[in-house]
Order: sequence, then C-alpha cells, then structure tokens
Amino acid sequence: MRLLPCGGTALLVELADLDEVLGYYAALLAEPPAGVVDIVPAARTVMVVTDPAVTDLAALERSLRATVPTADRRAAGDLVEIPVVYDGADLDDLAGILGCDVAEVVRRHTADEWTVAFCGFAPGFGYLTGRSDWNIPRRESPRTKVPAGSVALAGEFSGVYPRESPGGWQLLGRTDVAVFDLDRDPAALLQPGRRIRFVDAGRA
Amino acid sequence: MTVRCEVLETGPLTTVQDTGRTGQAALGIGRSGACDRTAYRLANRLVGNSEDAAALEVTFGGLALLAEADLVYAITGAPCSGVPLNAPAILRKGEVLRLGVPRTGLRTYVAIRGGVDVEPVLGSRSTDLLAGLGPAPLKAGDVVAAGKDHGPMPGVDLAPVAEPAGGLVTVRLLPGPRRDWFTDAGWASLLGQTYKVSSNSNRIGVRLEGEPLERARNGELPSEGMELGALQIPPSGLPVLFLADHPVTGGYPVIAYVAPENLDPCAQLRPGQPLRFTP
Repeated sequence: MRLLPCGGTALLVELADLDEVLGYYAALLAEPPAGVVDIVPAARTVMVVTDPAVTDLAALERSLRATVPTADRRAAGDLVEIPVVYDGADLDDLAGILGCDVAEVVRRHTADEWTVAFCGFAPGFGYLTGRSDWNIPRRESPRTKVPAGSVALAGEFSGVYPRESPGGWQLLGRTDVAVFDLDRDPAALLQPGRRIRFVDAGRA
Repeated sequence: MTVRCEVLETGPLTTVQDTGRTGQAALGIGRSGACDRTAYRLANRLVGNSEDAAALEVTFGGLALLAEADLVYAITGAPCSGVPLNAPAILRKGEVLRLGVPRTGLRTYVAIRGGVDVEPVLGSRSTDLLAGLGPAPLKAGDVVAAGKDHGPMPGVDLAPVAEPAGGLVTVRLLPGPRRDWFTDAGWASLLGQTYKVSSNSNRIGVRLEGEPLERARNGELPSEGMELGALQIPPSGLPVLFLADHPVTGGYPVIAYVAPENLDPCAQLRPGQPLRFTP
C-alpha cells in the first residue's frame, strides 16, 4: 500500500490490484474514518476525501494505514441479474478477437460472474470485472452515440451505458434494465462490490 | 405568495448552483456546485439565506431578470457593471436587474432571499454540465422562483470584499499523486512559465496554454479518483485545472493540486488571463 497526496482534503491509496481495491473499499465502507465525505475506488487506487472542518490529513493517513482489506470481497456483494438481448453491432468483431463464434462470446459473457469494481465516465457507469481473462481492445474510432442500455466490453471490463453518450467499447447487446434512475435511491444500480450476472434474454 | 422573476437574457451561461452532491462519487456522481464557493456563500449570507441555499451562477455577465414582485437579492463574485455589489438590495416589481460585463473575474453569484426554488436532483440543486444532472442552464423565458427558506436579514449594508485579480494570478501548488510521472525539468517548467488561460475553459476545467511539460514515463495510467483543484496533464503536456464539474475519475496523471486557499480564485480566471504557479 502506498499513500499519495491529492491536495488539501484527499489522499490516494495505491494498491496491488483490483481485488485488493475491492477489499480495501469494503473495509473502509464497514468502518469509515472520521470526517470522510467520499470514497472513490478505481482500477488500482482508492481515493478518500475528507471534510477539513472535521479531520486533517495526518489523522486520515493514520486511519488509512491501519485499514486492512477485507479478504475475498468478490463473493461478498449481493447478486443482480441483468437480462441482455445479444444483438450488438460488434458481436462478429468480438468473435474474431476471441477466436470463437458469436454463441461462444455470449456463453462466456453470461457464464462469468461479474463484480462492479468501480464507477466513472458517467453517473452510474460501472466497470465490471469477471473471473476470466478478458482483454478486449477498444474500437479504433469511438462511436459518437452509443444508445442507453448498451452492454459492452473493453479491456478486462464489461459495462452498461446508463444513457446515450459517445463511447469506444465493443457492443455486445442491450438491456432494458435502467442502470441509472433518478427516481431510485441510490440512483445507480451498479454499485462497487455488487455482483452481476448477465442473462441471455434471447432475440427481441 | 411566491416571489418570481422572469429571465429576459442569460448571458453566455447562467446555472443554478448550491454546495453540490457529496458522498456519491463512488457511483460516478461528482460534487458539482458553485465554482467560487466563497462568493456564493457570501451572496446567501447577505440576504439571510442559509449558506447552502441555491443561487444563480452567471458566467461573464449578461443576465437580465424582470421582477414580478418585490424581491431582496445580493450579487457577489465577479463585479458586473450596472448592479450593486456585495450588498443586499431590493428589486421592485416591474424593475429589471441587468448584469453588465464583469470588470474582473468570470463568475458572478446572484442570491435571492429565500433561495432559488428548483427541484433537487440526487440531493442538490446544482447543474452538473459534465454529468448532465440537475436543472438545465437558464434560458430566456424561464421563471426563477424564490423559496421561502431564510433567516433574518444580517444587518450588513456592505461586505468589504476584494475584487478578483485582473492581471497576473499566482496560484500555489501542492505536489500531486503523479508528480513522479514528470521529469524535474517538467516540474521546473510548470513552476517557471507563465501560462495563458484558454478560451476553451468551462465549469469542468480551466485549460492552459503554454509550453508542454516533459514526462518521465509514458504509457497508460489506470483510471483513478480526481478531486477539485487537480492539475491533470493530458498527452498534449498542457495542464487542465479541474473545477466543480470535473470528472470523478480520470486516466491522465495529476502532477499537482491547487492549494485550498487558491481554489476559489481559480474559478474566477478568465480567458486570456496570465497565470503562474508557485510551490
């Protein structure tokens, strides 16, 4: 674990890998240090933001160094199923990249259990990691408009676009599940630590 | 009766802002909120509002409001011509409040006694331009309604506040998490040169024009959390200083952070203004 400075109110905790990030984030959520207002997990780091009126960075640093990642965080979150119509524009390309047929792409995507590692890019956009070694290149030229509900792959991650936006991920299909809904509390369905299973909903 | 006024003109950009959304960054939802928080809070205090009431943030003047009933207001931040500054004032029914171009600075705050009454989204009335959350920016024909939540008037005629700096601004930096992605020459260049604020700046960030910084290492940084005041260096080598609507995570290295006391002045930097950094 390495602590890095982020201005007057935050510290960045650098960890070994995503699994450790998930475990460290879970440990912080279970026992948040005093005065913390935001905890932001990412690919290799967890950023912790404080209210300077309540605590200072020296006290935060002591708390962060004393925090021990929860073991095997992956199995701990609740499980959410997301039905997907697998008719994405990049399915054939994905089959080519993976050296298999389209049915096998779908089989692998639905067989994996995914975990929401972190959010970013847009409100409610979750970066999901599976148990198998995906390494999917982004599209060479990003699309200017990816429809809301698109289910996609890039790098080691899968994701669901919460709303229409530009994007360079490879599109597998689409879901009707609203991953970001302002009328729901919290609005984001894909919260860090949550486990996700994609279910083949067949052709529409 | 609810006090309302009609928006006649908005200038380049007028949004509703409060203190923003905290505690939701892990879900990809940034804080947003007023860019110059000192000026925003003062405007609220001058009309007896709580400090976190919703107010208008006006970018580069140009707002015109027609009062449909008498209302109490205060204007702070970038000093616009034609309006009283840093003081509570009354706009009578039928009168028009018209903000000219600011003499210095960029962002002006208009607080209305009772607060601007719009529906909160995820706990805040702020417009987040990057995330697309909160009320849409104001447009001509909109109606701004005052809320009813206020305390007694503060009994202050005028708040003595310095205007935002007009010429060269110097900002103190703290080393950031990825200082080591840049050479010592790069760090010296960051502190040694005079940047110019780009016209391509907004509530997300202040873009700077100058000499690119030399990197010590290349390659990709996995996305990581970013906070207000981060000085992110994209591949161009030219810094982007993150303001209120900054992304929650980013994949370019953050070489430094703006010292806390300089965050609000950074929100008042206007295009073309010279800027230097100091350790």
